[in-house]
Amino acid sequence: MAIALVLVLVVVGSVLFHFLSPWWWTPIASNWDYIDNTIIITFWITGVVFAAVVLFMAYCVFRFRHREGNQAAYEPENKRLEWWLTIVTAIGVTAMLVPGLFVWNQFVSVPSDATVVEVVGQQWQWSFRLPGKDGKLGTSDTRNVSPENPLGVNASDANAQDDVVVEAADLHLPVGKPVKMLLRSIDVLHDFYVPEFRAKMDMIPGSVTYFWFTPTKTGTFQVLCAELCGQGHPLMNGVVMVDTPEDYLAWLGEQQTFAQLSAPQQVGSAE
Amino acid sequence: MSVILVFLLVIVGFAGWWLSHQRLMAKPWLEQGVIGDIIGPEGSTLPTAKIGLGVFLAVVGCLFALFTSAYLMRMALSDWQALPLPRVLWFNTGVLVLSSIALQCASVAARRGQIDTVRLGLVTAGLTALAFLVGQLVAWRELTADGYLLTANPANSFFYLITGMHGLHILGGLVALSRTTAGAWNGAPPERLRLSVELCAMYWHFLLFVWLAIFALLAGWAATFIEICRQLLT
Amino acid sequence: MVDITPADAVPPAEVAEMELYHPHSWWTKYVFSQDAKVIAIQYSATATAIGLVALVLSWLMRLQLGFPGTFDFISPEAYYQFITMHGMIMVIYLLTALFLGGFGNYLIPLMVGARDMVFPYVNMLSYWIYLLAVLVLASSFFAPGGPTGAGWTLYPPQAIMTGTPGGQDWGIILMLVSLILFIIGFTMGGLNYVVTVLQARTRGMTLMRLPLTVWGIFTATVMALLAFPALFVACVMMLFDRALGTSFFMPAIVEMGEQLQHGGGSPILFQHLFWFFGHPEVYIVALPAFGIVSDLISTHARKNIFGYRMMVWAIVGIGALSFVVWAHHMYVSGMHPYFGFFFATTTLIIAVPTAIKVYNWVLTLWRGDIHLTVPMLFALAFIVTFVNGGLTGLFLGNVVVDVPLSDTMFVVAHFHMVMGVAPILVIFGAIYHWYPKVTGRMLNEAMGQFHFWVTFLGAYLIFFPMHYIGLMGVPRRYHELTATTVMTESAHDLNAFISIMAFIVGFAQIVFLFNLIWSIRHGREAGGNPWRATTLEWQTPETPPAHGNFGKELPIVYRWAYDYSVPGAKEDFIPQNMPGSFESSREPA
Repeated sequence: MAIALVLVLVVVGSVLFHFLSPWWWTPIASNWDYIDNTIIITFWITGVVFAAVVLFMAYCVFRFRHREGNQAAYEPENKRLEWWLTIVTAIGVTAMLVPGLFVWNQFVSVPSDATVVEVVGQQWQWSFRLPGKDGKLGTSDTRNVSPENPLGVNASDANAQDDVVVEAADLHLPVGKPVKMLLRSIDVLHDFYVPEFRAKMDMIPGSVTYFWFTPTKTGTFQVLCAELCGQGHPLMNGVVMVDTPEDYLAWLGEQQTFAQLSAPQQVGSAE
Repeated sequence: MSVILVFLLVIVGFAGWWLSHQRLMAKPWLEQGVIGDIIGPEGSTLPTAKIGLGVFLAVVGCLFALFTSAYLMRMALSDWQALPLPRVLWFNTGVLVLSSIALQCASVAARRGQIDTVRLGLVTAGLTALAFLVGQLVAWRELTADGYLLTANPANSFFYLITGMHGLHILGGLVALSRTTAGAWNGAPPERLRLSVELCAMYWHFLLFVWLAIFALLAGWAATFIEICRQLLT
Repeated sequence: MVDITPADAVPPAEVAEMELYHPHSWWTKYVFSQDAKVIAIQYSATATAIGLVALVLSWLMRLQLGFPGTFDFISPEAYYQFITMHGMIMVIYLLTALFLGGFGNYLIPLMVGARDMVFPYVNMLSYWIYLLAVLVLASSFFAPGGPTGAGWTLYPPQAIMTGTPGGQDWGIILMLVSLILFIIGFTMGGLNYVVTVLQARTRGMTLMRLPLTVWGIFTATVMALLAFPALFVACVMMLFDRALGTSFFMPAIVEMGEQLQHGGGSPILFQHLFWFFGHPEVYIVALPAFGIVSDLISTHARKNIFGYRMMVWAIVGIGALSFVVWAHHMYVSGMHPYFGFFFATTTLIIAVPTAIKVYNWVLTLWRGDIHLTVPMLFALAFIVTFVNGGLTGLFLGNVVVDVPLSDTMFVVAHFHMVMGVAPILVIFGAIYHWYPKVTGRMLNEAMGQFHFWVTFLGAYLIFFPMHYIGLMGVPRRYHELTATTVMTESAHDLNAFISIMAFIVGFAQIVFLFNLIWSIRHGREAGGNPWRATTLEWQTPETPPAHGNFGKELPIVYRWAYDYSVPGAKEDFIPQNMPGSFESSREPA
């Protein structure tokens, strides 16, 4: 008997917790409110199913608990009911899947006007590279990595010379402009994750992965690593600042290009 | 992962065929009494050991299909350099075929009760299988002598890994074969001898088949074949 | 209605007497035994022992998460070693071994009406190799550098690099060797479980008369036999990369400013192999639980399982489908994004047969005669936690919803609910249910009630709120959350609460263990069939069943496993081996 009551309490408690507890997602700061909407749809559908199943169970336990002289019904199956339940379930699943796939299609189709930013992960810090005036990133290879060239940029590539290199410092992005994050790692798997942007993707040494988003709010956001990358994993934090266009240009002007960064070292080594 | 999926599809095919004979649509609550004698005895009439070996071979097949899948996926990356296959592999293939034939003869002879032929077949199979293993070692030595070291290229790594894995399975088979051979000399009951010879033969044929597939894979024919299939599909 | 009177033209499907193994000494009877029942107990005891280690590890992790900075001895290295060993032990060495090696060995021969497994010697070897695997795994705690801290997924490259505990020490090598041993040992056992179901069913035991427990374990074993090779391949290749310097999974890497020798390999290849095993593994644990819980519900609700045929088809269907959903663990791994469409679709399709199983469990309760015994309570709790965990699976399976949630505490909460708590609750229920058969005595009811309430409510209170911490964006596998800005002050308090609950639930298991030992001598005498159940294991002449299980003659099966409360029958259950028919309206109205 207690169990029937507890089952009801589990449902009521879970629903109350969902609506009343202070623990909820951080305010979104990108265009991916589609993802949030899909989560809300999923919450509603799954929540209703959970409540329905558990409450039904509670009722059964209460109503059909053993009492002297009771006998269970003999009912091997009920085709009609099973088909109905199957169809309803299939509809519910489709209602979650279809919007999900639509949004995924958006997620993987990068708009043509997206600017490119390269993120390079290494144990345990973030570096960034932005294309220079030519709008193109130079090629890179982990084999080129050296103390003078921490990102492994291909020095003989003409496109690489004006690339802006931000080593182990904050990244700035202009608000309202779609940006394609090219993700690269020079050692182990990492994952570039800013909870407020909702998007994330693993970085794999040896290949370049990507995702895109449009920052919609100015502010300072913390970058987290979301793929276990060794014992420094929890401390692999970074900062993304979403700026107004003016602030962004001011920041960009202060940054050094790949050519500038590698030039003094070359002089130094020649001496 | 296409190779392993195709392999599993074959397994699913077998399972589906078998399940389709098990009256899965029957309503068991409506049937009382022993229904064994209408639909035959529960379980198959094949010896249990054979079924057991069959299931085991499915697992081994799965293992090699997975190695093949990994091989093809790794092969698609840019640093792959195929290595020249040592000629001795052709000889090894021939020897392994002989080994299989010898066991097949032994198995036929066991059915007819010709114990001398059984012994001859078992010994021939054992010796040729040993020769195969020695031949594989020769192939390894040739490759290392020519500078195709294990770590130099993934193609080399896979070559040693897959041939080694196959060799280990042959070695395991040789243990079973030697027990069977001992039985053939020490007068094991004919029924039991026949079964164990048949089991050895089954295992041998399967490993021969695996070897042929591996050979095709390592020689690069399998990749070409799959490429053709892919083009036909698209 | 088909009603066939027994004909004695065909002899019962006997295991030939000469093939049945007979122990001659104490050693061969209790230690190197080939009797599946003894092997089952050996498997269960070993799994429980190593599982307790994993439980203690989870406490240590929760100490660190709940009270960061308080316990200096839990360094980041130690923390990662704890999570890795906790995960691997729980998934492989406890759940898989206990369901298949423990319950499979005990129940399959008894339930299908066989004297033993078909290859008893191989079955014995299976256990000893499993024990060796466990010992190798445990030895890594004492190896230089300690056990591996790569996370239970062992993703390369980090798994074999210096930045990870055990990566360049013995930890990862021992882990890989232990897994390889486990797989070899499991394959030996698995062959037995499958072939015994195929070949050793007693006369009359058609497939559609098998209890769902056997269906679940059988299908899970078939899946495991086909899935474990993928882990085997991945382990062997990683061992080569680590020990011999090959580059299967290792691309060019700069580690701490130094170029490594490796080059060109693909970390994603490992992930494909790992999850090709890893996803079926979820169902390898879940399907036996599905089967067992069906039998518990049916027996204790005194009602046939609702929609038996649908249940069988769903088990087989889930088993087959689970091989084409593996990459839903890799939505944000950087694999080709178009795979997301395919794998999201297959993943959500698998929800349909799973949902049908849930409906059928609750519909079995409908118009039943529900005895709220301890096993039944655990079965009900399983449904709650499984439905909860299964539904959050729909979040993670739907590719785009997975993007913000993957690698957060939401995932941790989800899989603990669905393949941690839910199957463990079934294991508890099953132990309360079958303990009387194994020992001849009932487990103590009061201790059982206490164990149930604390475990069920405590586990729910641990994992339900944890979803919301994940929803906030808090990543998993963080030794410290103090530097993480999304982790609010109140969420830290919630974490502390979760840790306290984890301790309470953990300590309740001590009561359970005590009950297990205490009741061997002091439990109430159970008799042969205390739950008045229909299946064959309750019809053995002796309790506990003697060697050979069924005395002189094997039982003959006349009916399905769920003849409970048949109208017109004298009792509310008819054992499977009872001849005769009971006229009445068996067709549903």
